[in-house]
Amino acid sequence: MHLLRRFGQFVLVVFVGINIVFFVTHATPVDPVEQAISSATQFGQSDPQAVEIMRKALRELYGLEGTIWQQYANFWKRLATGDFGPSLSAFPTPVSALIGQALPWTLGLLFTSTLIAWGVGNFLGGLAGYYRKNRLLKAVGIAATGLQPIPSYIMSFVVLILFGYIWPILPISGGFQMNTHPDLSFPFVSSVVGHSILPVVSLVLITIGAWFIGMRSLVSNIVTEDYVVFAELAGVDRHRILMSYIMRNALAPQLTGLALSLGGIFNGAIITEVVFGYPGLGTLLVRGVNTGDYSLVLGIASISIVAVATAVFAIDLLYPLLDPRVKVE
Amino acid sequence: MLRVFRDLLRYNREFAIGTILVLIVLSLAVASFFSPYPPKDSYLVPPDVPPSWAYPLGTNSRGQDVFWQLTVAIRNSLLFGVAVAFLSRIISLVVGLVSGYAGGVVDRVLMSINDTFVVIPLFPILTLFYFMMHDNMSWALLALSMASLGWPYDARLIRSVALSLRNREFTTQSVFSGMPMRQILLEEHLPYVLPIVFSTTMNNINWSIGLEVTLSVIGFTNIETPTIGTMIYWANQHTAMVAGIWWWVLAPVATVIITFIGLFLLSVSMNEFIDPRSRLARMGA
Repeated sequence: MHLLRRFGQFVLVVFVGINIVFFVTHATPVDPVEQAISSATQFGQSDPQAVEIMRKALRELYGLEGTIWQQYANFWKRLATGDFGPSLSAFPTPVSALIGQALPWTLGLLFTSTLIAWGVGNFLGGLAGYYRKNRLLKAVGIAATGLQPIPSYIMSFVVLILFGYIWPILPISGGFQMNTHPDLSFPFVSSVVGHSILPVVSLVLITIGAWFIGMRSLVSNIVTEDYVVFAELAGVDRHRILMSYIMRNALAPQLTGLALSLGGIFNGAIITEVVFGYPGLGTLLVRGVNTGDYSLVLGIASISIVAVATAVFAIDLLYPLLDPRVKVE
Repeated sequence: MLRVFRDLLRYNREFAIGTILVLIVLSLAVASFFSPYPPKDSYLVPPDVPPSWAYPLGTNSRGQDVFWQLTVAIRNSLLFGVAVAFLSRIISLVVGLVSGYAGGVVDRVLMSINDTFVVIPLFPILTLFYFMMHDNMSWALLALSMASLGWPYDARLIRSVALSLRNREFTTQSVFSGMPMRQILLEEHLPYVLPIVFSTTMNNINWSIGLEVTLSVIGFTNIETPTIGTMIYWANQHTAMVAGIWWWVLAPVATVIITFIGLFLLSVSMNEFIDPRSRLARMGA
């Protein structure tokens, strides 16, 4: 039942998201075909007949021919087959191939930073909620309060300035060293890790505060529950109370929180990529906009929605592991 | 109301610090009205002068006084944030209050729509929107599109408070005395959700300023309007950090960070109203 409902939510996210994308591309007054033509014919004279042929070809390429309903059906067909046509800026490479190259970078960045931020943030937050008097944890709490509201762009930018200009010790741009070969050799792997440090650190700093503060308040509420008081009176080991009685119960809502904030975390990741020139979806998206590549921008927006919806669904599948009540239901 | 404000300032540290930070930023924004220069003009003062008595925050490579540029930028950014927050409040209040009050099927349907909007990644969609609009992209249009997409997280929080009001006796009494739903929501329930509305408003202003900064810095908004984002955009265009004109970058970044922390502290300070247990915890109980 839980599974079915979560799957319904997955379908709804994809459906609504893709409809928004369709709406944005079709309800706006600007025609991407005319825009591409005007930038192509900007210099010098063009044969009107050639322009007409180009217009027809672009309409077909962009899936913009026929009535609005045909276009709508065509749009879903393209998404289902993952075929967004060739990219105009990297002609004739298909958009799906470009996205396929970029996606692993984004997913790697997202996965690593979320795992670190969620794990460490929740662990420290749990400790801070339980040991309220601890000076060190209080200081961490103040730092978390200061970090939480800073949006991804500003945070990455500050990290970039700190480690790029003031104390230049880490690579600040790209995904790997230019002269290395992409294989599983040590120099390549270490350059990938080195290049990912600053983006990962920025992303962790952006998100860790929220997990810390959320977990701290959850735990400090659970501590006052009768069953915890009873366990303490019964002489259960304090470590065990914290780990398996308190933290475990508080993790379930934090996992739901992770599923809900994944869209925002994804935004943060691709913005961070833009700042560090990381070869993921974000950098590709900005390149697509700057080169007027309609299919590429459309493809990335659609794939982002599907990717985030899938990730949320995967987290929902983990939920019964933390909260066995869901299984019974 | 004034007494609540005074007590908050006196006993709530977050509220006091937050108020001070926001007041600093607000006074900067107000100062923009006394600016001696027209905000969009360039080459009015000697370029690249470091901070001095004549130019407290220096001047930039476009020949603008950074201090006065900053005052206009923060005013526009704040206005943008407030506009988005105000517009999205309307949707989040309606969805939150109705969902919490109605419960059952209505609640479930509204919340799954809500969660859908929470999950959808906005940045690619806003980028696509800019791609389609290009030069037609205006300040108001961006605010409107962000407001229509940025309400769901807050609606969920408002609903969680409204849900607890549903079974309170005064609600039952209002229903029995024949009050229509609209009146119950507006007159009976709205006052109770005001603290969380305040808290989410502050967070929403932060969120929209943050997204506006991001879009502007990449150049995906109208870059002629001075905002914190476009200020950083122009500094990047002139490679200010490499050229050593650090004051041009530091001023907007520091100001916007003060804004974020100030608004966030105000938002957090409302926790005591929403959840009295945290007040007990502070008192050491």
